[in-house]
Amino acid sequence: MIHGLSPAVRIVSAGVLSSCAALCDNLYMSGAYLGIALVLCCMAKLNWKDVLLRLKPVFWFLLMIWIVLPLTFDGEVLFKYGILEFTRPGIELCAKITVKSVSILLMFTALIATMSIASLGNGLHRIHVPDKMVFLLLMSYRYIAVIQEEYHRLLRAAKFRGFVPGTNLHSYKTFAYLAGMLFVRASLRARRVHNAMLCRGFHRKFYTLDLYQPNVLNTVFLTGTCLAGVALVLFERVWM
Amino acid sequence: MTVNDPINVIRLEDICYAYPGTDTNVLNHLDLEINKGHRIGMMAPNGSGKTTLLHVIMGLCRPDSGTITIFGKVLKEEKDFVPVRSKIGLLFQDSDDQLFCPTVLDDVAFGPLNLGFSREDAIDIARMTLERLGIEAFERHITHRLSGGQKRLVAMAAVLAMGPDVLLLDEPTAGLDNKVQKKLIHILNRLDIPYFVISHEFDFVSSVTDRIYSMENGRILKDDEIHIHRHEHVHKHGRHPHIHK
Repeated sequence: MIHGLSPAVRIVSAGVLSSCAALCDNLYMSGAYLGIALVLCCMAKLNWKDVLLRLKPVFWFLLMIWIVLPLTFDGEVLFKYGILEFTRPGIELCAKITVKSVSILLMFTALIATMSIASLGNGLHRIHVPDKMVFLLLMSYRYIAVIQEEYHRLLRAAKFRGFVPGTNLHSYKTFAYLAGMLFVRASLRARRVHNAMLCRGFHRKFYTLDLYQPNVLNTVFLTGTCLAGVALVLFERVWM
Repeated sequence: MTVNDPINVIRLEDICYAYPGTDTNVLNHLDLEINKGHRIGMMAPNGSGKTTLLHVIMGLCRPDSGTITIFGKVLKEEKDFVPVRSKIGLLFQDSDDQLFCPTVLDDVAFGPLNLGFSREDAIDIARMTLERLGIEAFERHITHRLSGGQKRLVAMAAVLAMGPDVLLLDEPTAGLDNKVQKKLIHILNRLDIPYFVISHEFDFVSSVTDRIYSMENGRILKDDEIHIHRHEHVHKHGRHPHIHK
């Protein structure tokens, strides 16, 4: 169902829901956002194994929080292990951060990551994000792989000449040269790309080919997600 | 052909150009004419100014002196070059410079959209051009995931989609295998517009052009001044080391 929605609707829905989730200060309420995120993932028919793999870096980050916060936060001690004291407020805060960050990431995975970069550009254009910002995103997506390839080429060339990275001045200097050369090449490439654009009639205006017809599904989905978000925020503010 | 149908499509007279901060002229009192029906090849050493010459024609490098006349009009300022650029198709040496949109269809339609075509017409033109080059299957492909040969063909489609009146090709076969080279030869030989091809590959140049120029000291050497040819011979020394006298 989500795949048939207009990119603009998906971007706005993801923005509204994730903002509401970020504002949430109650552990039980954040569970409701997690529920919404899981429903969205089901609607997008995501492969759960792939989703978990994608969340792996976040789990590492959360693990660091779970190691540090319960031990360093002041408050009621929940349990003790030797000199280590785990506090209730620390654990609650960790749980809140975990649920909220996983919810937001799942919402974005279901709504944003399931569309092509071209559709994302189109959606941002439709919600009146400035053209320059949209094309900055599209160009970054297009050329990040080229710049990465360039970096690997430079690093390979250095390794072929016996360079072994280490913690010494020579290594730092070599990486500084690589970074500098990468900037020089990226700048030259940017000039060539701009020239190529001029040669194809570019006059500082970008056009898009994607066209999404407005339909009832878009309106229903957008209204539903916005109402759910606002209702949860109001419920938390008024009753909790 | 447009603009009063002149015989001279591109005419460069006495062009001098030195890169900023240098005092050596890359182009030194250079003259060049590309006329209707011309299929010119250019073979010259690296650093002789071939790519710079194409950039001067497109107005990307402004010459220090000399006259550039394109479609019968003398071009001096950036604003003079803007309308002309859409009528001259320049294929860049590195296709990654030319393909910057996320998908192949977006990229090929980029030029027609800039020319003022509607979205539907731009898509039609892009699809027709891709079909013409036999690469319609790539329509939805992500440009940076294409192979080198596919990128070159898509870049060619992007240039042809603008309906140019003349083509400038900067080393179109560099790094390509025989199959893609043959495809390019087939495409170029079917074109009915004049073109100017820079290449280091004699076989390619000789199969798509009817005259071959070279460059030396910032000037163009024409057919009557040079005679580029492949030399093959058989002799009794076989593989034993020997000296030619």
